[in-house]
Amino acid sequence: MPVTTLDGHSVHVDTEGFLTEYGEWDEDLAKTLAAAIGIELTDAHWKVIHFLREDYREKGETPTTRRVQAVGGVPVKEQFALFPKKPGKKMAYVAGLPKPRGCV
Amino acid sequence: MRRLVVLGAGTAGTMAATKLRRRLPARDWSITVVDQDDVHLYQPGLLLLPFGVYTPDDLVKARRRFLPSGVDLVVDEIERVDADANEVHLAGGRTLGYDYLVVATGTSPRPDQTPGMAEGEWRRSVFDFYTLDGATALRDALASWLGGRLVVHVTEMPIKCPVAPLEFTFLADAFFEERGMRDKVEITYVTPLEGAFTKPVASKHLGSMLTERHIALEADFVVDRIDPSTKTLMSMDDREVPFDLLVTVPLNMGADFVARSGLGDELNYVPVDRATFLSKAHDNVFAIGDASDIPASKAGSVAHFSVEIFVENFLEYIAGKPMAHAFDGHANCFIESGHGRGLLIDFNYDTEPLPGKYPIPGVGPFTLLDESRANHLGKLGFRWAYWHLLLKGRPMPVPTLMSMAGKHAET
Repeated sequence: MPVTTLDGHSVHVDTEGFLTEYGEWDEDLAKTLAAAIGIELTDAHWKVIHFLREDYREKGETPTTRRVQAVGGVPVKEQFALFPKKPGKKMAYVAGLPKPRGCV
Repeated sequence: MRRLVVLGAGTAGTMAATKLRRRLPARDWSITVVDQDDVHLYQPGLLLLPFGVYTPDDLVKARRRFLPSGVDLVVDEIERVDADANEVHLAGGRTLGYDYLVVATGTSPRPDQTPGMAEGEWRRSVFDFYTLDGATALRDALASWLGGRLVVHVTEMPIKCPVAPLEFTFLADAFFEERGMRDKVEITYVTPLEGAFTKPVASKHLGSMLTERHIALEADFVVDRIDPSTKTLMSMDDREVPFDLLVTVPLNMGADFVARSGLGDELNYVPVDRATFLSKAHDNVFAIGDASDIPASKAGSVAHFSVEIFVENFLEYIAGKPMAHAFDGHANCFIESGHGRGLLIDFNYDTEPLPGKYPIPGVGPFTLLDESRANHLGKLGFRWAYWHLLLKGRPMPVPTLMSMAGKHAET
């Protein structure tokens, strides 16, 4: 996996820029990642990001938008408002998690 | 006497019961299969039924015919599994105790889960084709349709047979062309995915097949609701796609009893180990076929390959040995592309579909990820193989685990 420097930290990323090491993420990095895709983080964003981090730690898998709604309590429509056009990918990107698995 | 109960007599449940009956001595083991009806549907045929290739009678047979003697079929609805008590409660009041339980109750389209879908226009201008009633109603609608905006739509992944909506789109294009009315039809393919398909190389090939056929692609479209009065699909980010005829793949969910029994995830799929199908929550429960949450296609080929692995593992497991066989997520799907041609894709958890020849490297007769007449004939021939070889647990001429032989990597 390639290593890149973000905000002065060296982090491992995949070819699309998703972090591949759970432990290399922190909240400052999230702000940098969000800014890179044109998002300024509000409390509503943080609620989603913290749910993703927590759920991944328990399940070992990036939650789907349906799971963020059903378990995290944030409706899909709101996820689209917070992370426009591609909420599944963008939420994972900012939360430093692998790209959600392409459902097959 | 030890008791094995299999819930569901579809592709996976029937194969598992048949293969295990041969391997488990009748004096030591009872095998009971439960299903809500005695009608086995050849599901791959539903794609071709709307275009008049098959009639409903071609696609159904009694489930009982495919279960060997020594397997009890109980026809009843499943009320609930009490996994702590090792009991299955049936709607008719009966209770079945088990030592081992295999959940094989599949996945079903749920139009009620999208606002506006199952209402006013359902089966009038809004159709599904993954049910016998839906495919038959769509056949009748297509036969008399004069043209307009045809929208083929996928609600949310995962869905059963994930290539089927693309195949439907290619077949519709060919159908209208052969009827001399393609110029009267505007076709749009609407998907929640980023492109035509899930995996990059296949998505590129299949995406260019849409372009060649003048089919518009509306990607990243997550439906919020359908407005039946204006015949419009509305997305979560306020995009609108109007239609005259909508062919939709509703949200797919596992059986409701799975949720009632506390055995499922948010789509009622049973969380299992992806190599062995053993439940993550109960050490005497397995889930096979579409009913599990493994990250593989929900497809008959996956059910077939995974049952081969499951049977060997199950025999080791009940003997107290470690399960030595690991499923690799192998899937193998014919893709109809219209005008008597088709593609074939072959992939697993880690390797996406690639071009090449199959199953004999360099020879075929099937061509991977490219259109050919042989692939289409393979698809038609498979119906015979399904009833006569696959369901009866006879050997199929394809390997269980995926092979890279004869494939070309591509960037």
